[in-house]
Amino acid sequence: MTESPLDENSASVVEFCQPETLKRFNGLATPPHAPSKARQGINVNTAPTPGAPALELRTISKAFGAVVALANASLTLRRGSIHALVGENGAGKSTIVKIIAGLYQRDTGDFDLDGESVNFTSTAQSKAAGIAVIYQEPTLFPDLSVTENIFMGRQPTLSLGRIDRRLMRQQALGLFARLGVRIDPDRPTQGLSIADQQIIEIAKAISLDATVLVMDEPTAALSGVEVDRLFAVARSLRDEGRALLFISHRFDEVFDLCDTVTVMRDGEYIDTSAIADTTVEQIVRRMVGRDVTTLFPKEETTIGAEVLRVDGLTEAGVFHDVSFGVRSGEIVALAGLVGAGRSEIARAVFGVDPYSSGTVSIGGARVPKRNPAAAMRLGLALVPEDRRKQGLVLESSVARNTTMAIRRSLAGFGLLFSPAENRAAREWASRLEVKAATLDTEVGTLSGGNQQKVVLAKWLATNPKVLIVDEPTRGIDVGTKAEVHRLLSRLAGQGMAILMISSELPEVLGMADRVLVVREGRITAEIDRADATAESVMFAATHEEVVA
Amino acid sequence: MTDLISGGTATPRVYKDYARPLWQRVLVTREGAVYAALILVIVVATLSVRNFGSPITMTYLLLDVTPILLIALPMTLVIITGEIDLSVASVVGLSSVVLGTLHQGGMPIEAAALVAIVVGALAGAFNGFLITVVGLPSLAVTIGTLALYRGLAVGLLGTTAVTDFTEFWTDLAKSKIGGTGVPTVMILFVLLLVVFAIVLHFTPFGRGIFAIGLSAEAAKFSGVHVERTKFILFVLTGTISALAGIYYTLRFGSARGDNATGLELSVIAAVLLGGVSIFGGRGALHGVIAGVLLIGVLGSALRLANVTSDVINIITGVLLVASVVSTSVLNWVRAKRVRPGESKKPS
Amino acid sequence: MSVTTAETTGSRVTAALGSFVKARETGILLALAIIVVVTTAKNPNFLFSNDGFRDLLLTPSILLLVAVGQAIVIITRNVDLSVGSVLGLTAYLTGRLFIDIPGIPIIAVFLAGLVFGGLLGLINGALVAFAKVPALVITLGTLYAYRGINVLWTGSDRINASDMPKPFLALGTQSILFIPVLTIIAVVVLIAAGWYMRNLRGGRELYAIGSDPDAANLYGLNVTRRVLVAFVVSGALAGLAGVLYAARYGTVNSQAGSGFELEAVGAAVIGGVAIFGGSGTVWGAAIGAYLLFTINRALPILGVQDFWQRAVVGVLIIGAIVLDRLLALRQSRKLVEARDNE
Repeated sequence: MTESPLDENSASVVEFCQPETLKRFNGLATPPHAPSKARQGINVNTAPTPGAPALELRTISKAFGAVVALANASLTLRRGSIHALVGENGAGKSTIVKIIAGLYQRDTGDFDLDGESVNFTSTAQSKAAGIAVIYQEPTLFPDLSVTENIFMGRQPTLSLGRIDRRLMRQQALGLFARLGVRIDPDRPTQGLSIADQQIIEIAKAISLDATVLVMDEPTAALSGVEVDRLFAVARSLRDEGRALLFISHRFDEVFDLCDTVTVMRDGEYIDTSAIADTTVEQIVRRMVGRDVTTLFPKEETTIGAEVLRVDGLTEAGVFHDVSFGVRSGEIVALAGLVGAGRSEIARAVFGVDPYSSGTVSIGGARVPKRNPAAAMRLGLALVPEDRRKQGLVLESSVARNTTMAIRRSLAGFGLLFSPAENRAAREWASRLEVKAATLDTEVGTLSGGNQQKVVLAKWLATNPKVLIVDEPTRGIDVGTKAEVHRLLSRLAGQGMAILMISSELPEVLGMADRVLVVREGRITAEIDRADATAESVMFAATHEEVVA
Repeated sequence: MTDLISGGTATPRVYKDYARPLWQRVLVTREGAVYAALILVIVVATLSVRNFGSPITMTYLLLDVTPILLIALPMTLVIITGEIDLSVASVVGLSSVVLGTLHQGGMPIEAAALVAIVVGALAGAFNGFLITVVGLPSLAVTIGTLALYRGLAVGLLGTTAVTDFTEFWTDLAKSKIGGTGVPTVMILFVLLLVVFAIVLHFTPFGRGIFAIGLSAEAAKFSGVHVERTKFILFVLTGTISALAGIYYTLRFGSARGDNATGLELSVIAAVLLGGVSIFGGRGALHGVIAGVLLIGVLGSALRLANVTSDVINIITGVLLVASVVSTSVLNWVRAKRVRPGESKKPS
Repeated sequence: MSVTTAETTGSRVTAALGSFVKARETGILLALAIIVVVTTAKNPNFLFSNDGFRDLLLTPSILLLVAVGQAIVIITRNVDLSVGSVLGLTAYLTGRLFIDIPGIPIIAVFLAGLVFGGLLGLINGALVAFAKVPALVITLGTLYAYRGINVLWTGSDRINASDMPKPFLALGTQSILFIPVLTIIAVVVLIAAGWYMRNLRGGRELYAIGSDPDAANLYGLNVTRRVLVAFVVSGALAGLAGVLYAARYGTVNSQAGSGFELEAVGAAVIGGVAIFGGSGTVWGAAIGAYLLFTINRALPILGVQDFWQRAVVGVLIIGAIVLDRLLALRQSRKLVEARDNE
């Protein structure tokens, strides 16, 4: 049994992420099975075809008023290649995608498609030119059938412009056969899993006969099997001579799937290299521009009495018989594959979602079901998974967002005035070092890291006994990530009980005193810090509970 | 005050409270625009229309506009949460009919009025139930209850009208305060206005209302009782509509099934003119009052100038369209401009 | 991943038959039939007298036109509250044309009504599509403005039957093979609209826009143009309805068409058009229009005083949307279950 590479002697998180190490531990996103050749260290990503690149961006710049999104961006996509684009949040990746898609127009620079200069003013034009973009969240029409979604706007027609439904359906079935999937072409797309929706997006792209396919964080919401299916499809598209652009934060996937990688930082092009010629460490250094700081070592804390107690929590089809406790000063991690049901458990405990049986109590007092306000009064706080939709009111100010959870306590005789709100907001925003110019700045304009700090400020202002954080550092730049980890450590040191949901293995192994592994709505293992390794956690995440 | 990130008691970060100076925050707003328009219209009307400045004009203006003023109060809150209530005029008619029928049947008017108010509250509760419990869209539900409640009103009374109300009450409805031209019913209105304004702008409940309008999901995750709040607002709309119905009946001395038909459009038009965003999450009550008065003053002035009342409708319609189009244009301009102090990185 | 349906024609036919039976349109058609049967049983004159039958077919055809236009707009996730005022304006225009231009061919008047209505709809569409303002507010404003113009124009006049040529008025009462001419006109329009919405790209794009406007934009669909066209059509159909109104009633005052907008929305909603767009058919809206009217006529015969008509309409609308919601909940539950079972 190997030691966790993240003990006190380990040098950095970066070393942990070396491809060799990853091949053995492989994160929590993909369960082990017959190791692909890539994992055996054999590079099967063939060299891209020579000749005019399918798509080329040179010295592109784009500014929005005073905000410079891209300063000097370049990208060269060749046919028969899967090209990775990496960079921190704010590096300009999404702006590049939107320029490629035709949503934005570049201010300066060259944009060539197959050697010819192009300038798209609409997404329809880029589509017609053979560019297909698959966004992180699929954008389908829920009321319409799968077939109509694929062919909307381009349906095959008969005389009088009549849509040829039979032909359309046949073509859809043909596309699915080619992709090796089985989806009912007549069903409405509403209710399909994200993975299926992405396949439909890919079918759209193929039916467009796209030469360039851009995939923006496609695996964020997929489980291991679905990721494998997606990669198989991507490889077959590459082998057909198309050019793929793959944007991701997950280095294991980048090294598994791609043959070339381009790094961007602060809107500027930094470097392009063949995957075979580089390492994760080098890439991260280029992304960040400095050496990666270590994960803040966890403070030693005295673990006290149990504060949060969950017993037999059950909701049909979502989670079953979930029982656990969190003690004061403790950080308990809920680990597991994406879709295992961890966020659902957290939401049910807090009261946003219902549950059919079981109990939740804090310090012995029962927390009522379906009543977040009551849970808050008992000392529970939840920093939700979706920062923008659930954690913040984006169009509201920093002050209002920060004081939202404590507004009742700020009110005197039932009345609440702005000076009191601003005073409280000032205190908490500064304690969390939120970078904003004024208190009435709209939080929607802040960076991801600062937005997360506002959410944390909001909840810490309620002085909770139990803090549940769901994916605390998702989509945050490296610097703020370290700050958040330091914060959580310190809070635990001050006696707060923390339940942390995370899909990032280093985070789980580095921060948690205990790891609870969830698989398909059930807790399959409880592992102490000393025994927690990537292997043990991952095993529990993918296997039924083994009765001791 | 310890910094939670770095741990020390370092000097705290300094934040300015507001990006814009006070005068800008007060005047360069939608409400400021409505006030400007209102003042402009009043001045022009006083100067150019004979008799406009007399107290009698104001009296009748206020008497006419009172139902709209009353119903605009809860309607503002409903629209700020992102919903809408098209059934208010039908509740006015229904409560009017209940008042008339019960009184005609021998019930003392005070008791009948109380029952009418309860009926209004129940009507609002039914709306609220369908919207918050069953989860139906408010536009569709209130189109249905608009027909239902009006149908009940007309069904109960048919084509007849109840007109035998004691003079005491009908006079009270039309009376003025002392020697001023201000109708007595304004006392009731001002009381309600103060209550609603305090609740909306200066209580946690009111903050919750704005949050629901901007992001109901985030509000739910922050402990706001979204469904309960909306339910309460719809009950309020029904109750106040019933109150307006009682006033309307007593003022004209006639309870009819078709009283106040079309009133909902005037209320909604006034609320939107007053700067409340149809998308929810933004607005202020004082702007709404200015909006109601704007329409009322325009109507009154045009009537005195012997311009036909249909022109008022045209102007109301055009004003409504212009006000929302200009908001849309302003938003577009705002999105293009980037204000100082914002992050340089797109999030 | 779901299982593909077997490709035999037999099972495809069964599937098609199944969805036909479960369709909303079939349900309300059935309801309509039941009401007619029950009422006729009580009073055979309801259906079998010459006037009865003709009236049942004729009068709702005006609402049908407006409801079809409204359905098209609602499918794109908008609403058009100005149609009542548009109807009134074109009805008055019809009369005025006959009075001011003696001998004007009837077909020209029809065209004028269509074009005028279309122009009024264009104003709505332009404001909604370009200024991106919610249709509820815009059409609320034009409802006021158009009605005001109508009243202003009419003054204290009224169009009387004697002002219009006899052949035109005859259209309002004539029948071909027992079916009133006006109904035929309305049904022809319905068939054209239904065909367009189902079989042409433009029609399918309207559904897409209502189903998810953001996705439609991202997709590159020309949302602006399609929404504009939807409002022009709604206006044009309301205009045509105004001409029919003048033919049917002969008398036109400044309040003609008042309230039609809510009836049209009600008809569409009862007919299965979702208020948030993306689903439903113009056929459903048409049947809904007939259902509303027939119930109104049937109530007195069934012993319900016709004062309660509006209440019944209200109950129907609420019932329709509650039913839609329950069905949608059940369907999404089934779809999610199907996904879990794979």
